[in-house]
Amino acid sequence: MSWEVVIGLEVHVQLATQSKIFSGSSTEFGAEPNTQASLIDLGMPGVLPVLNADAVEKAVKFGLGIDAQITPKSVFARKNYFYPDLPKGYQISQFELPIVGMGHIEITLEDGSTKRIGVTRAHLEEDAGKSLHEDFHGMSGIDLNRAGTPLLEIVSEPDMRSAKEAVAYAKAIHSLIRYLGISDGDMSQGSMRCDCNVSLRQKGEEKFGTRREIKNVNSFKNVEKAINAEIEWQMDELESGREIQQATVLYDVNKDKTFAMRSKEEANDYRYFPDPDLLPLEVTEAVINRVRQDLPELPTQKIERFMAELELSDYDARVLAADRVLADYFETVVKESGAKPKLCANWVSVELLGALNKNDLDIDTSPVSAEQLGGLVKRIADNTISGKIAKQIFEELWNNGGTADQIIEAKGLKQETDTGAIEAIVDQVIADSADQVAQYLAADDNKRKKLIGYFVGQTMKLSKGKANPQMVNQILAKKLV
Amino acid sequence: MHTKTLKALSNALAAGEVSSQELTRHFLDRIKQLDPGVNSFITVTEEQALAQAKAADEQRVAGNATALTGVPIAHKDIFCTRGVKTSCASKMLDNFIAPYNATVVEKMNDAGIVTLGKTNMDEFAMGSSNETSFYGPVKNPWNTDCVPGGSSGGSAAAVAARLAPAATGTDTGGSIRQPASLCGITGLKPTYGRVSRWGMIAFASSLDQAGPMTQTAEDAALLMNAMAGFDPKDSTSTDIEVPDYTADLNKPLDGLRIGLPKEFFEDGLDAGVGQVVQEAIALYEKLGATLVDIELPNTHLSIPAYYVVAPAEASSNLSRFDGVRFGYRCKDPLDLEDLYKRSRGEGFGEEVKRRIMIGTYALSAGYYDAYYLKAQKVRRLIKNDFDEAFKNVDVIMGPTSPNAGFKLGEKASDPVSMYLSDIYTISVNMAGLPGISIPAGLSNSLPVGLQIIGNYFDEARLLNVAHRYQQETDWHAQVPAAFV
Amino acid sequence: MALDKEDVTKIAHLARLQVADSEIEATTERLSSILGLIEQLEAAPTDGVEPMAHPTDAVQRLREDVVTETNHRDEYQQIAPATEGGLYLVPKVIE
Repeated sequence: MSWEVVIGLEVHVQLATQSKIFSGSSTEFGAEPNTQASLIDLGMPGVLPVLNADAVEKAVKFGLGIDAQITPKSVFARKNYFYPDLPKGYQISQFELPIVGMGHIEITLEDGSTKRIGVTRAHLEEDAGKSLHEDFHGMSGIDLNRAGTPLLEIVSEPDMRSAKEAVAYAKAIHSLIRYLGISDGDMSQGSMRCDCNVSLRQKGEEKFGTRREIKNVNSFKNVEKAINAEIEWQMDELESGREIQQATVLYDVNKDKTFAMRSKEEANDYRYFPDPDLLPLEVTEAVINRVRQDLPELPTQKIERFMAELELSDYDARVLAADRVLADYFETVVKESGAKPKLCANWVSVELLGALNKNDLDIDTSPVSAEQLGGLVKRIADNTISGKIAKQIFEELWNNGGTADQIIEAKGLKQETDTGAIEAIVDQVIADSADQVAQYLAADDNKRKKLIGYFVGQTMKLSKGKANPQMVNQILAKKLV
Repeated sequence: MHTKTLKALSNALAAGEVSSQELTRHFLDRIKQLDPGVNSFITVTEEQALAQAKAADEQRVAGNATALTGVPIAHKDIFCTRGVKTSCASKMLDNFIAPYNATVVEKMNDAGIVTLGKTNMDEFAMGSSNETSFYGPVKNPWNTDCVPGGSSGGSAAAVAARLAPAATGTDTGGSIRQPASLCGITGLKPTYGRVSRWGMIAFASSLDQAGPMTQTAEDAALLMNAMAGFDPKDSTSTDIEVPDYTADLNKPLDGLRIGLPKEFFEDGLDAGVGQVVQEAIALYEKLGATLVDIELPNTHLSIPAYYVVAPAEASSNLSRFDGVRFGYRCKDPLDLEDLYKRSRGEGFGEEVKRRIMIGTYALSAGYYDAYYLKAQKVRRLIKNDFDEAFKNVDVIMGPTSPNAGFKLGEKASDPVSMYLSDIYTISVNMAGLPGISIPAGLSNSLPVGLQIIGNYFDEARLLNVAHRYQQETDWHAQVPAAFV
Repeated sequence: MALDKEDVTKIAHLARLQVADSEIEATTERLSSILGLIEQLEAAPTDGVEPMAHPTDAVQRLREDVVTETNHRDEYQQIAPATEGGLYLVPKVIE
C-alpha cells in the first residue's frame, strides 16, 4: 500500500523580552530556582496580570514577517487544567481570536526547490514552570522561574509531506524569528520547541488520517528522527490492520521510538473562556505601520537582493541568507574587503562555514570576525597574497587572532609582483631544468599545457609561494619559446 | 465617641479633642467587649493598629495629616494585608499570611488610616447571609437571631454595632449593598474599574468591586476619596480622574429625575420593605425630584445569568488554591491527584464547592454555548436595559433587598432561595454600574435599605442624592439598642 | 437539566474536588436545582446579541517591558506548605 504522510507543526517560540508577559520578573535563563517568581508568577491570591507591550510588538513583527493579518482586537483566554508547574490552575493564552491570523512561509528543500507552507495562526501565551524529578524523598520539586515567560505559539497548516519538509519548515521559522530579532531561537535552552502532528493516509485519499502529536521536540535533528520513527510506527499499525488512536506521544532519543504519555488517559476539557482580568488587546493600524517600518530585511528579500545586486548564485544566496547573523557577517566581509561578492561568498560559505562545522561551532561563536575575514579577502582581491597563502593566514587568524595585514607583514607573506624579481626566479628555474625545457619545446600545444605546470610549480616553490601565479604564467609563456 | 461619624471623628482629631491612639483604643476595647456576640471580626490587629495610631498622631503633630489621618476602620478579610492573616473566611486560607498589601489597603495606609482588623464574611464572598464563613456566622446587631446579609456581613455588622466607624467591603452581586441594607448602614458599590482590584482576592473578576461601608454618605465620600483611582497593577481599572466626592454632597435635588423600575416592585418584595422604600421615594419627591416609571425588562434574567458568569469565573479563579504554594494542604497526600482533591475538598466549604462545580460545568465542552455564552449575551441585554433607562433618568431607585434580615439558618439549606435575595442588586454588577444602599427605615424592627443606582462613574451624584436624604432623616444615625 | 451522579463525579474530577460518596446524592440534587434556575436563560431572545465579557468597553492597557521585580523567594516560601532547596514540593509528577 502506498501511504502519504501529513505533518503539521506547532512551534513554541520564547519571545526575547526583558520581563515576563504579565509581570515585571526577569526572564533571564539559569537563575536559582524560584528567584524570578513574583507574586503574579506564583499565582498568589489577589494578583492581576498586566500585559507586556514588547511581547505584543514582537508578535506583530512575526505576523508581518509571514504576511498575515493582525487581529485588530484579539482576546486572551484561560486554558484551565491542574498541573504543579501551572500555578494559577490555568494558562493565559489566546483561543478564538489570536493576535496573528493566517499567513505563510517559504521553505527550501535539500534539492534547492522551494515550497510554501501555510501558517494557520500565531498566538501569545505564558510559559509554565518546570517540574524537577530528581528525588526529593519521593517528591518532585517545582521551579516557577520560567512561569510567565512570553511565548508565541505558531501553528502551521498540515502542509508538510515528509520529515525533511518539517525540518525545513522548522528551520525557516527559526531563521525568521532570528531575522526579526524576536527570539534567540536557542533550542538547547528551550527558546524554541516543536510539537509535531503526524498522520498517514492512503495516496489519493482526501480525508486526513487520525493524528498523533509528538510533544516538545527540541532540535532539528530530533524533529526529523522523531517524525520518521512515528511514521514507521503508524505505517506498521496501519499495515497490520489496526487503527490509529489520537494520542500525545513523546520521542525517546535513545530508543529512537515514540511512546504515548501516561497521564493522558482522560480527554482534556480545558474550559477556555475569555480572561476577565484582561481586556481585548487592540493593535491599531498606526502600530502596525510603525512596526512594519522598523521591520528588517527578511530572508526572501535578502536572497533576492543577494542575487540581483551582488550577483550571487541562487545557491550561494540561500546559504548565506539562511541566518541573519551569517548574512550580516557576509555583508560585513563584502564591505570590509571591497572585493567581489562572489569571492567573499566563497570564503564565507566554504572556508569559514567549513571550519566552523569541523569544530562544531556556529557563526555566533566564530573565532574569526567578519572584520578579520574582510581584511584577509581584501588582500586576495588586491593581489597582495595568493589564495593559497590566504588559507595559511586564515588558519593563523583562527588560531591566534590578529589581522591579515599584521600576519602578512610579520611573516613576509606579501606576494611577489615585481616583474624583474619574478623573471629572475623564472630564469633560474629554466636554467636548472634543461631536460624539461627541451621536452617542452618539442611538445605540441596540448602537451605543453600540461608540462607548463612543472615550471609554475618550481617557480612558486622557489619564491616560497609568494610569486603572483598569473605573472609567473605570463613570464613563463614569454620565456619558453 | 463610637457613635460619631468618620467626618465627626476627623474633625475631632483635627481639633485635637481626641488622639488617634485614644480613638483606636476605644474601638479595640469595644471590639473586645462586644464582638463575641456579633462575630464580625476574624482578626483584630491590636498591636499594629496602635502602632499605626501612634504614627498618625505623630504625623498630625508634624503637620502632615490628611482628612482621614488617624481614623480607625476595618477591612473585609478579602483584602490582602501584608504580614496579617488574610483568610477570605475559608479554611483554605486560615494559615495565609499575605505577603503584600492590596492597593485599597495601601492607599488607606498612605492616608494615615488605622486598621483595626479584618472582618468576617461569607467564604470567598460567596453568600448573602454570612453563614458560609469558616469562622462561623455573623449576627445582625439589630437582632442577633438574624443574619446581617452577605458577603460583607462582618463589615456591615461592625459598622452597625459601632465597633468600627467604617469598613471596606466588596460587591460581586450585592455583597456591599445587601448587608448594608440589612444592618442599617450606608454601602456604596462603585462603577466597575473605579477602585483597584489588586490584592482583593478574586471571586468573579468581571463583577467584583470594592467600596466603602459607612454610617453616612458623607463618610462614604471621604473613603472614596482615599480608595478610588486608576491602578497600573489592575488592567481593568479605569484611568479617569477621581473627583472630590465630598464637593457636591449638598447640591439641591431640584429637577432630579428618578427612575422607578416596575420590575423592582413586583411579586417577591416584602410588603414592609416596599412600604419603607415608597416612603423614602415620596420624600425625594418633596425634595424636588421627579419620578419616572421605567422598565428593566430583563431583570428576571439577571439571577440565572449571574449564576453562570460568577461561578464560571470563580471556578477558574479558585484553581490556584491547590495546596502547593500557600494555603491549606491535606495531610499525607498519596499522589498529585490526591493532593489536589483532598486539599480542595477539605479546604473549601460547601457553597464554594457548589459554585466551583456549577462554573466548571457551565464552561465544559458541550455546555459552553448553552450556558456561558448565553449568559454573556443576556448580560448585554441587562446592560442595554440600563443604558436605555439612563437616557431618561438621572438615577434609579428601589429596594436593595426584597426582605429585611432573615433568621439564621432559614435559607441556609436552600441555595436557590438564598440566591433570589440578590434580585435587585445583581443586575447592577452585571452592567458594571455604581449603586448605593442607604438606611430608609425599619420593618419589624429591622433595617431596610433604599438602593440608588447611577450611571457609569456617577458616584458623586449617588452620594449627593444619598446625602440630601440623610440631611432630612436620621435612619442612618440609629444604633441598635445593645450597642449604643 | 437534571444532573446524575456520574455527571457530578466527572465535574468534581475536572474541578479537582473530593466529594465523599455519601455526599454525592445531596450534591447532585442541589446542583440540579441551581441548574434549574439557570435554565431560565434558554428562553431569552439573544439572536444577534454580542456576548459581554467585561463591563467596560475599554481595551487592554500595556506595560513597558522593564524588570521591576526582585527576589523575594524566602519571604514567599515562608507561607508554603512544603519546600526544599528553593523548590516547592509536590507528590511525584509522572508524565
